[in-house]
Amino acid sequence: MTNTTYAIELKNICKNFGSVAANKNVSLNVKYGEILALLGENGSGKTTLMNMLSGIYHPDSGEIWIDGKHTVINSPKDSFKLKIGMIHQHFKLVDVFTAAENIIMGTEGFVGSSKKAAEKIKEIADGFGFSIDPNKKVYDMSVGEKQTVEIIKVLYRGARILILDEPTAVLTPQETEKLFKVLDNMRKDGCAIIIITHKLNEVMAISDRVTVLRKGETVATVDTKTTDIRKLTELMVGRPVELKIDRPETERSAEPMFFVKDLCVRNEEDVFALKNVSFELYGGEILGVAGVAGSGQRELCETIAGLMQAESGEITYKGENILHKSPAEIIDLGISMSFIPEDRLGMGLVASMDIADNMLLKSYKKSKGLVINRKPSRELAEKLVKRLEIVTPSIKTPVSRLSGGNVQKVLIGREIESNPNILITAYPVRGLDINSSFTIYNLLNEQKAKGVAVLYIGEDLDVILELCDRVMVLCHGEVMGIVDPRKVTKEDIGLMMLGNKLEKEGGAENE
Amino acid sequence: MSNGSKVSTGREPLIRIVKREYNNKLIPGLIRAGALILSIIAGGLFIWAMGFNPFEAYKSIIRGALVGSARDPMSSIRSTIDIFVPLCVTALGLSCAFKMKFWNIGGEGQIIMGGVFATFFALNYPQIPRPLMLLIMLIAGAVGGALMALIPALFKVKFGTNETLFTLMLNYIAIYIVKYLIAGPWQRTPGFASIGKLDKNTYLYEINRQNIGWIAVIIVVLFVYFYLYKTKSGYEVSVVGESQATARYAGMNIRKIIIKTMLISGAICGIVGMIKVSSNHTLTEGIGGGVGFAAITVAWLSQLNPFIIPIVSAIISILQKGSTVMQMNMGISSYAADVLQGIILFCFLGSEFFVRYSLVFNLRIKEAK
Repeated sequence: MTNTTYAIELKNICKNFGSVAANKNVSLNVKYGEILALLGENGSGKTTLMNMLSGIYHPDSGEIWIDGKHTVINSPKDSFKLKIGMIHQHFKLVDVFTAAENIIMGTEGFVGSSKKAAEKIKEIADGFGFSIDPNKKVYDMSVGEKQTVEIIKVLYRGARILILDEPTAVLTPQETEKLFKVLDNMRKDGCAIIIITHKLNEVMAISDRVTVLRKGETVATVDTKTTDIRKLTELMVGRPVELKIDRPETERSAEPMFFVKDLCVRNEEDVFALKNVSFELYGGEILGVAGVAGSGQRELCETIAGLMQAESGEITYKGENILHKSPAEIIDLGISMSFIPEDRLGMGLVASMDIADNMLLKSYKKSKGLVINRKPSRELAEKLVKRLEIVTPSIKTPVSRLSGGNVQKVLIGREIESNPNILITAYPVRGLDINSSFTIYNLLNEQKAKGVAVLYIGEDLDVILELCDRVMVLCHGEVMGIVDPRKVTKEDIGLMMLGNKLEKEGGAENE
Repeated sequence: MSNGSKVSTGREPLIRIVKREYNNKLIPGLIRAGALILSIIAGGLFIWAMGFNPFEAYKSIIRGALVGSARDPMSSIRSTIDIFVPLCVTALGLSCAFKMKFWNIGGEGQIIMGGVFATFFALNYPQIPRPLMLLIMLIAGAVGGALMALIPALFKVKFGTNETLFTLMLNYIAIYIVKYLIAGPWQRTPGFASIGKLDKNTYLYEINRQNIGWIAVIIVVLFVYFYLYKTKSGYEVSVVGESQATARYAGMNIRKIIIKTMLISGAICGIVGMIKVSSNHTLTEGIGGGVGFAAITVAWLSQLNPFIIPIVSAIISILQKGSTVMQMNMGISSYAADVLQGIILFCFLGSEFFVRYSLVFNLRIKEAK
């Protein structure tokens, strides 16, 4: 093979889901020894496209050329034979196996000759600059380590074309840097790499070229050297966008509205998910919570909402310990949680119900009598659809048919309409495009201006640093410190996320 | 790096399965209608293959279910209705639990216990005047069914037991309770496992020689519709059925909802037991007669829609009654009638696949050289 043949060349790929065109005449190519960033808002068709390369979907029309040959990929096995390796967002590892066992599992020579395998793993790891302990069990690993195992797994099987689907979403800034070094080594070794992301600074840092998708179509392919973040955003969104998130100065309440003191919570596996967590929440502020995924964010939300039992500690609201109150009592107190878990519809919304019926979820009890009155919820639904520009055929459409961004708007809209005193929101912009994200930020700022105490659990550090008034960092269920985002850098927070406690406790907190 | 050998590339698959997404309700309706026609044709071929005339056979089914003898033209319809009422009411009762994704397979046992409770009053207090007696039996039947449904519900919320197995097993317990009663304490004549005929004032009223059990269908259809779609409790049932996490998040008391819904589901099935006793004029161990199981199929074929359930029940009842007549008239074995029913169910259930997915045939094979 010569360097002029492309590792992957996609020609006019189309893929429809029902009447929705997920990909429309998408063309892109990537050479060996090159990193291509695939950039696009959520719902722009990036994942669909990559799923066609890994054999999960089949294009309706268009051609896939691998190594200069027209090919048809019918199954992940085919894609494998073509030396394509995909690293998914959600890891597919066996927890109780070691790194080495996970890597060689399912390959020839799985049985026996583990020594040889260990040698080969070591060879790969050394070659690309991974650090890995082949004998470590997966359940003992950090997210970054698990990802390393996933990457070595595909390399072990001989992959020369790597596709990484939002690999940095779960990593700390330090881990991201490590990953990028490895990717750089692979590029030097001649691998072809496609990295899917919507973080622009990462695109600039790692890629050679960028292909931008918008609404399922390729908008442009540009050399990274000749472009900048602003231009890329414009390509992605289709118009110039103001990238600065507002942080209006508001009067925060003199006294905290809400205390959490020495909160300890055990999770389903009986492991401490939260250890001695203490913080205060004032009215009129947004308190950000940063941390690697799985650091106790979910447990914190669920404990406050009364869904999870705490082992010890206190949660005080208006002078009352709410720790052993039922979710219904907590809702009555005006503590509103719009918690969006990974599967988005799992909690908070009922997927098969329409927008109007979902509005009822927390308010249906308030109407008198046995019979449910659907009129107010219909009106509320109409109002939200208009105000938040929710894209839906009608308020009678099941929310499962809406796109991620619109689902989030329905959820947050409902919570805000209940006039909460405390608003807990977890990953409210996950899966949202830039435009919708800003709508959500503005809504949160509006609440803050009204004197609501907002707890914002986020994953994008850039956003947390710009939006929040204070930032609490969690690591393994412990508070590493509460900092003023105006006075720290992303790297400082990254270190805290990895478990380095803030030295002067609360030093930056009170200005 | 690449060894340059040919990469193995599969051929384009001939057929692919694609999920359907549509907003109109016409297509699913057409698909289901198509399934009905297909099942009639397939059933006809089956009858023809056995050496009978399929047109005659179908005619025999329809006439057998709907057209009676010259002396009593309503006789067939009456017995079809007697099959229809228990099936339909039970399916409605089960649909309440199914809506909550609570797999109540215990309809049979709940019917039986409803019948047992109603019989208790019929046997022991025959002096009560007829209207009051029927009311008491109705309430007793509902209570009997509800209590039978309460047991698995309580175990579910307390210990998280599997309700499918639990309700299924309870059916057998209920059958043995009846067996014990009719051969033991309630036995009329020594040596015969029977309670004999009940007193006349325990019989259901009749209009045109048809017992008024069908009134229960109308009332229960309206009740189930109203309950599931118009009340707060019904809303809670839907939310719990969809996602318990969401229900908890919304502050719902899931345990209470599960128990309440199962009480209603069981009570409706129990009423069927009372109707059976009161229209058969006795209690036998065959009181359930498999209705509790057939109703599961009816409920799901109707997609738990309380207005569709009577329609599907009617079709199944006509088929059941009609095929017994076909059997007699044409000498087709009773197993053949079962096969016919099986074919119809197969086509209907199979059509659900096509409602949800469509097949895309690859027409580009020629293009790709």
